[in-house]
Amino acid sequence: MFDALWGWPPPVLDPAGPYADKVTVLAWVLLALGVIVTAIVCAALWVAIKGPARWKQRLGGESAVWIGGIAFPGVVLTALLFWGLTLTADLTDDITGTEPRIRVTGEMWWFRVQYLDPAGRVVMEDANEIHLPVGQPVVLELRSADVIHNFWVPHLSGKKDMLPGRTNLLRIQADKAGQFGGVCAEYCGGPHALMGFVAIAHQPADYARWQQGRMGRLAQVNATGGPGRQLFMESGCGACHRVAGTEANGLAGPDLTHVGTRATLGAGILPNHRGTLIGWIGDSQGIKPGNRMPSYDTLSAAELTAIAGWLEQQQ
Amino acid sequence: MCVLATAGCKAPEKPRYTVDTALAEQGRAVIERAGCAACHEIPGVAWPRGRWGPSLAGFGDIGLIAGAVPNTAENLSAFLRNAPAVKPGSTMPPIPITPDEARAAAAYLYGIDDDV
Repeated sequence: MFDALWGWPPPVLDPAGPYADKVTVLAWVLLALGVIVTAIVCAALWVAIKGPARWKQRLGGESAVWIGGIAFPGVVLTALLFWGLTLTADLTDDITGTEPRIRVTGEMWWFRVQYLDPAGRVVMEDANEIHLPVGQPVVLELRSADVIHNFWVPHLSGKKDMLPGRTNLLRIQADKAGQFGGVCAEYCGGPHALMGFVAIAHQPADYARWQQGRMGRLAQVNATGGPGRQLFMESGCGACHRVAGTEANGLAGPDLTHVGTRATLGAGILPNHRGTLIGWIGDSQGIKPGNRMPSYDTLSAAELTAIAGWLEQQQ
Repeated sequence: MCVLATAGCKAPEKPRYTVDTALAEQGRAVIERAGCAACHEIPGVAWPRGRWGPSLAGFGDIGLIAGAVPNTAENLSAFLRNAPAVKPGSTMPPIPITPDEARAAAAYLYGIDDDV
């Protein structure tokens, strides 16, 4: 998630899709106009303090107020308003219903991600990771399960609130393949600063392959086993986490059906490999203090390794 | 006898490791990217400060890696990439980094020797 906030060029000024692009253009134009107006004010200030008497007189007259105080801002701001509204008009275009639709629910302190079919049914569930095809708008249904969160992928769009009891729609689009960091941009309590996710854009062919692979795995029996699976179930992990095709069907925490494929762990904050899995399960409170998963410090190193190994197989 | 004893306690003339600071800086980036700090407290890495594995403060002073193999740069690079191969039964799993990244991370760990 940290690549949502840091890096060069700064992600907010480095759009990777048409919607973010417009916001960035608007920001640059506003900045440029701000610089010009500041320069004019500074020049006028210089004239007022040190300028020749004739200039001072002109600047002190009534016409300067009419021109500089009323006409100039009136014309500039009106033009800017119309231009800005025109530029960003299609950000709120009607949604056709043919776009891929993903429901993203803000939870304390992670993102529930549900892929929907055209009828609005959940066909696949994931967490803290959004996959989308390049060059195609994707509609996000933004919700909250508890407090106000805010969905923000600086490379792809502006921010949008996630409000309890309401669904906000946001369209995003990536024009190049890659991984883009996202964050919760509204303070939502304790570990808010460690609440992130990644948006991963695939070329259309790769996206189709990814989708097929996921659906294919969901259709199969989950045959992964061994001591890791047994420990996972015996430790009660399944009370909060779901792994499709097993008896683990908890809904409170992130769905772990595809956890082995995820780029990150702990809601966008750690890379995902066996080492970080062990560290996270063994001491998630040390890594993300206040998050709702307890540290399983009663499990031995060998037990954690077995569980992490099994989770890695959940592709 | 007394002279002998104190002579034995004298600090070594030079540090045990010469640290390539540019490589060490790369190593810190590797460590942050690989998430080593999820389990280990590592001076110079602000977050996280893992408590599950041993702290790596003063790592340069430690004689044996994981209490098993001599703490040399070569052994450490190999250990970082595939700990169970270097020390059978190690809790630390293989970490997905390249040999070059492992060398850089090792350089960083020697650079945080706190009493040089």
